Amino acid sequence: MNSNVWILTFADAISIATTLILASLGAMITERSGVINLGVEGYLLMGAVTGFIVADSTGQLWLALVASIIVGAAMALVHATLTVTLRANQIVSGLAMVIFGTGLSQFIGKPVEGKTRPVIIDKMKFGTLSDLPLVGPIIFGHDPITYLTWLLALSISLYFHRTRPGLILRATGDAPATVDAQGVSVRRVRYLHTVVGGALMGLGGGWYMFARAAAWSQAATTNGIGWIALALVVFASWRPLRAIVGAVLFGFCLQVPFTLQGQQINILPPEIVSMFPYLMTLVVLVALSTPRARRLLGAPKMLGQPFVRDER
Amino acid sequence: MNASSEATQGSHRENGATPFALSARNVTKKFPGVVANKQVNFDVARGEVHTLLGENGAGKSTLASILSGLYRPDEGTVLRNGIEIRLTSPRSGLSHGIAMVHQHFRLVDRFTVAENVVLGSKGLTFVLQPKDIEAKVAEVCEKFGLPLDPRAVVGELSAGQRQRVEIIKALYHGAEVLLLDEPTALLAPPEVVKLFETVRAMTSAGKSVVFVSHKLGEVVDISDRITVMRDGKVTGSVKRGGANASRLAELMVGREITLAPRRGKSDSGEVLLSVSQVHLSHDQIKILSDVNIKVRGGEILGIAGVSGNGQRDLAEVISGLRQPNKGAVTVCGVPTSGLGARATRKAGLAYVPEDRLGTGLAPSLSMVDNLLLTRERGFLVDRKSALTEAEGFIEKLEIKTPGPLTSIRKLSGGNAQKVLLARELFSGDMSRVLVVCSPTRGLDVGAVEAVHTLLDEARKNGKAILLISEDLDEVMTLADRVIVLYRGKIVLEARGVSEDFEAVGRAMAGLSA
Repeated sequence: MNSNVWILTFADAISIATTLILASLGAMITERSGVINLGVEGYLLMGAVTGFIVADSTGQLWLALVASIIVGAAMALVHATLTVTLRANQIVSGLAMVIFGTGLSQFIGKPVEGKTRPVIIDKMKFGTLSDLPLVGPIIFGHDPITYLTWLLALSISLYFHRTRPGLILRATGDAPATVDAQGVSVRRVRYLHTVVGGALMGLGGGWYMFARAAAWSQAATTNGIGWIALALVVFASWRPLRAIVGAVLFGFCLQVPFTLQGQQINILPPEIVSMFPYLMTLVVLVALSTPRARRLLGAPKMLGQPFVRDER
Repeated sequence: MNASSEATQGSHRENGATPFALSARNVTKKFPGVVANKQVNFDVARGEVHTLLGENGAGKSTLASILSGLYRPDEGTVLRNGIEIRLTSPRSGLSHGIAMVHQHFRLVDRFTVAENVVLGSKGLTFVLQPKDIEAKVAEVCEKFGLPLDPRAVVGELSAGQRQRVEIIKALYHGAEVLLLDEPTALLAPPEVVKLFETVRAMTSAGKSVVFVSHKLGEVVDISDRITVMRDGKVTGSVKRGGANASRLAELMVGREITLAPRRGKSDSGEVLLSVSQVHLSHDQIKILSDVNIKVRGGEILGIAGVSGNGQRDLAEVISGLRQPNKGAVTVCGVPTSGLGARATRKAGLAYVPEDRLGTGLAPSLSMVDNLLLTRERGFLVDRKSALTEAEGFIEKLEIKTPGPLTSIRKLSGGNAQKVLLARELFSGDMSRVLVVCSPTRGLDVGAVEAVHTLLDEARKNGKAILLISEDLDEVMTLADRVIVLYRGKIVLEARGVSEDFEAVGRAMAGLSA
């Protein structure tokens, strides 16, 4: 078989990983503060459709991406209001946002359903570097947002572990009462990081629209990537840099079926092959479900728990 | 500390003398259904250890919380160095140099000592400098003679060490007045000694310490003054030297109480519970190793130990909730290990777990329903007889409840415990072995007395009782024999007489040979 095909598959995996990384970074930031956000899929859909509509009417790619970010942040603000202020169940609120996002994106996307995207994100040109064998397509064959995403993962990692607000963020997820006793507002920390997390998810949806999807279609655009991103958070044990590795791995699994199809290799029915990423998600979640594994992974201790100051 | 910035006008000088470091004036605090503090006055001077003594629910923690800024008083004022201050949060308390160390530590287990200490500190740079932080924290540790590695992970420290982290945190943030809420509750006796040394180091450095405790015995030595609270009011105050234990006890409960040791008659009874060579491990960590216990009818065997040394696991093994890796449990001659909780109950074992609401009783169900839970016969339940039984218990044990159909949740801790004990001791098939864990935790003196009487009666009726408790006084006054568990091993076996108190204390801390 042509080795070139596999290099391209790998380059594609890196590209597709961008959405996964953005979405899981968003979920990670949110969860580090102790708020679980299961609505990722809904945020991606809303980010994608909003971006599409804005691009369709203005023709401005960057404006479209900003719109995606804003819609993600707005959805997260609703989630934060429900779960932090009103202390609603975070799981229920998250799932509600998936259903809401799926429905609303279908509704507002109706007029543009099936339309091809008005703009695309161009790949960056690195001159001769892009023509290098192997390294060229894998490292130098991507668009600016992909590079920005890598940079973002690195900065978020430094933010978590090397800065004062990062220290407070991690403490908020583990022991909100402690943070509260230090006079830091748990509510503020949670609102802020939930909203920033939602913004990243929205960007993930917008990027996917203009870099990977050919046309807007509610049923086929994001294709369950949001759920994979949630598994990725656990797989990466809430660490941004590990999310890059995991996202590429998952991206590869998502890409392999297409490559096999393109090569006319039919070892397994394509339906089975396309189940692969989801199966992998299941395997990861099952493997990580033991308490021991969770402890080793370092899930935020108070994840999913509303914080109530213990005044009687 | 810069107290004047937030201070309101007016400076109250106490008769022209040096003002107190911290005072409460006519403080009243109400919670729904209860007045926790009624017109309370309290002062602590610079360099003084002032103890707030009182039973659970007397209002001492509430007062400490008001003094530290966690709660706001409904009436009355807080004065710092004679100047009225308005505290809105623990943070504002800290800005006035007041810090509280809570009974349940507020630490992030996954962080290092240094990270915990500096968390929330305003002096931090945006990008953290771990080396600088560690050096600063080490400096504070050294200054007050508190040995701790700033790089140690808090989750791996002992209770005493964690408390030290809390104290260092307070000192690092510039605390001048420290409020210690039940600081000895989780400590083994030698750790208490160390804590007292720390307290003395702090007061000789001019800090003030408010020591909140319900343990009469231990506060007399450390305190310069003791103020006693009962039912939200201050009932008296004594200076060092003027403190006499029985006088203080009287102030605490409003009547003279005697905690006279109770003993069974003989040890000639039949062995009803035997645990032999039990080993238990979890995730390759040894929890119990080679535990051998025999309890005879008519005796109480006490198991002492600092919590987390395998006591609860032992109770779960005996009651059939957990299966040991090795070893056997025999209840009334029936080998029960591996049979599960239901078969163990059938063999004659009654179990009063530590967690009385939740594991012991179903809080939302009524007393009648809770009694029915352990009855085994038939498909339909016999509510009528359970109702009669419940009414009998309410009368006999003086259980304070609106009625047998009121949900258990609405009962006070002591009354819920009476219900649980009544069910386990008298209801249904009469069991002959009783395993009881921390039966008086969180109960007031009156309820403690009632529970002890019940246990004593059960002993007189020939039951074999295994009493697992962290309250050493309780074990020593009730038990005929005492066993100390340390890291899952029996390290000491003693007669339950007070002369052994010190040896037992040392064994609890793992200091015995």
